[in-house]
Amino acid sequence: MLNAISRPAKIRIARALVIIALLIGALLPGFPVLWMLSSSFKSNMDIFAYPPALITDSFSFGAYAAVVTSPEKLRFFLNSYLVSMFVTILTLLVGILGGYSFSRYEFPFKRPLNMVIIGVQAVPPITLLIPYFSLIVFLKLHNTYAALVLTYMVFTLSYAIIMMTGYFNTLPRQLDEAVMIDGGSSFVALWRVLVPISLPGIVSVGVYTFMLAWNEFLFALTLTKTTDMRTVPVGIQLLMGQHSYEWNEMMAMSVLGCLPVLLLFLFFQRYFIAGMTAGSVKG
Amino acid sequence: MSVDGRFAANPKTNNLYRIWKRVIPYGYLSPTILLLAVLSFLPIGMVVYYSVMDNVIMNQNPAFVGAANYVKILTDGVFQTALGNTLYFTLMSVVVHLILGLTFAMLLNSKLVSPFTRSVFRVVYILPWVFTASIIAILWRLMLNPNGVINYLLEWSGLVSQKIEWLSSRQLALHAVTFINIWSGYPFYMVSLLAGLQGIPDEIYEAGTIDGANGPQLFRYVTLPQLRPIIISLAMLDFIWTMQQFTLIWMTTGGGPGRVTEMLSTFTYKLAFSTYEFSLASTSAVVILVLSMFVALFYVRRQRASDA
Repeated sequence: MLNAISRPAKIRIARALVIIALLIGALLPGFPVLWMLSSSFKSNMDIFAYPPALITDSFSFGAYAAVVTSPEKLRFFLNSYLVSMFVTILTLLVGILGGYSFSRYEFPFKRPLNMVIIGVQAVPPITLLIPYFSLIVFLKLHNTYAALVLTYMVFTLSYAIIMMTGYFNTLPRQLDEAVMIDGGSSFVALWRVLVPISLPGIVSVGVYTFMLAWNEFLFALTLTKTTDMRTVPVGIQLLMGQHSYEWNEMMAMSVLGCLPVLLLFLFFQRYFIAGMTAGSVKG
Repeated sequence: MSVDGRFAANPKTNNLYRIWKRVIPYGYLSPTILLLAVLSFLPIGMVVYYSVMDNVIMNQNPAFVGAANYVKILTDGVFQTALGNTLYFTLMSVVVHLILGLTFAMLLNSKLVSPFTRSVFRVVYILPWVFTASIIAILWRLMLNPNGVINYLLEWSGLVSQKIEWLSSRQLALHAVTFINIWSGYPFYMVSLLAGLQGIPDEIYEAGTIDGANGPQLFRYVTLPQLRPIIISLAMLDFIWTMQQFTLIWMTTGGGPGRVTEMLSTFTYKLAFSTYEFSLASTSAVVILVLSMFVALFYVRRQRASDA
């Protein structure tokens, strides 16, 4: 029977099947995201209207207006941006220096140190939480940005060092040697020569670090206390259960809360994917 | 002239230069070493110390109690429930992540579809990964609400006849939170496996086709063996991360109803910050650390084997 169908026709059928499968599969991620968007444009009364609809008569930007005119909610965003940016900058600085050392030098304890850096990624945050809490209280940093910036670096730093070491390893040593022959130090070689050509690697580490910091929840929940110090992931939670659930505002805030990472993702898709797959795929 | 150059130029300072050269790598690593010491060695030491004392932080002069806290935690019924829940949650997530991730990666890698179509679908399929866990939790609370859209769709299609309390039912809550975690985590597999699939040379498939292999055989004897190292790495990383999942549980069920969705992470958090049993919480935290390190050891050994 199948032989009766010509080869181009078979290919066309196969292509149609793949596209149908892709469309069905796309409902799994697509529908919830669509529903989030749709709910953010509804009035809170229509959230559970029966039968549900993607676009209701109450379609408006009211929920967004409520979020962006509330100083309390804007503060969550400001906090998240500040903390994530500081974490990203510090992680990159320390990570570039560390990666350079691992890539260009041989020294005693190099391998054990490398093992520790890989291993730190597996330490559960909940294990660190209790000692961090007492350390941060002891250092009088409770409820400050510094508490979050400092503790977030435990997750972000290992990854940055591993990635930067790998990236520097792909660059020939002759580059640094040329600088040193001209009388420059290794420090000059790093910042004047290696860093500028490593920009793609630095960008992928940077966006990944930013995302980790932007999404962090457990430390932000425990190491900050007052509403004005909360970040977006924790702040959203505060919209629940105070009086009633403001579902439409929560969805609007969720959409706004996803935007920075979504935009970073769309702009730097290639770098993002490089960063994401580095842990498991070896080139 | 630079520091490196100056020392090298003068043979009399050769020794100094050699010492200097030895110090340089540690100099570059000093911020890292300092941060690692303060952010991981010190706290791990502290949490182990807390775990062998009676109630620290709340107690001014805590006394050494040896393994008493460990006995108490390991024989605690709630801890055992949390351990069981965590294992179910983690194993189910890892297995389904792999199946979904591989299926989607293969669809997205299909040469039958134009590269543009594929790239559009890839963005859609990656979406859950762009969302923060707490946002995912709220979104699914909205969708899985008894009056929410999921129940409506199920009733409309005739699959169920009454509204289901997904997140507050003793029978369903654990499955529901596992499903939410599966939703949030599969893109990581998909993207990594897609990169792996694109790294398989076409010649292997061509050789297989010439030898008369059909589609399933190519999958079984070419695709899977080629992806094996990535799959193992992914599964181990995912195991470690999922075991530590806190946010999704905390923001959807908080461990309830009862203890049905209690995980090791939520159990430990409540011990510390709801009941202020900091020593028992530290003990539980150390147990989680040991479990994670056990899996991580395999991961590190694999990474190093492939580095060599």
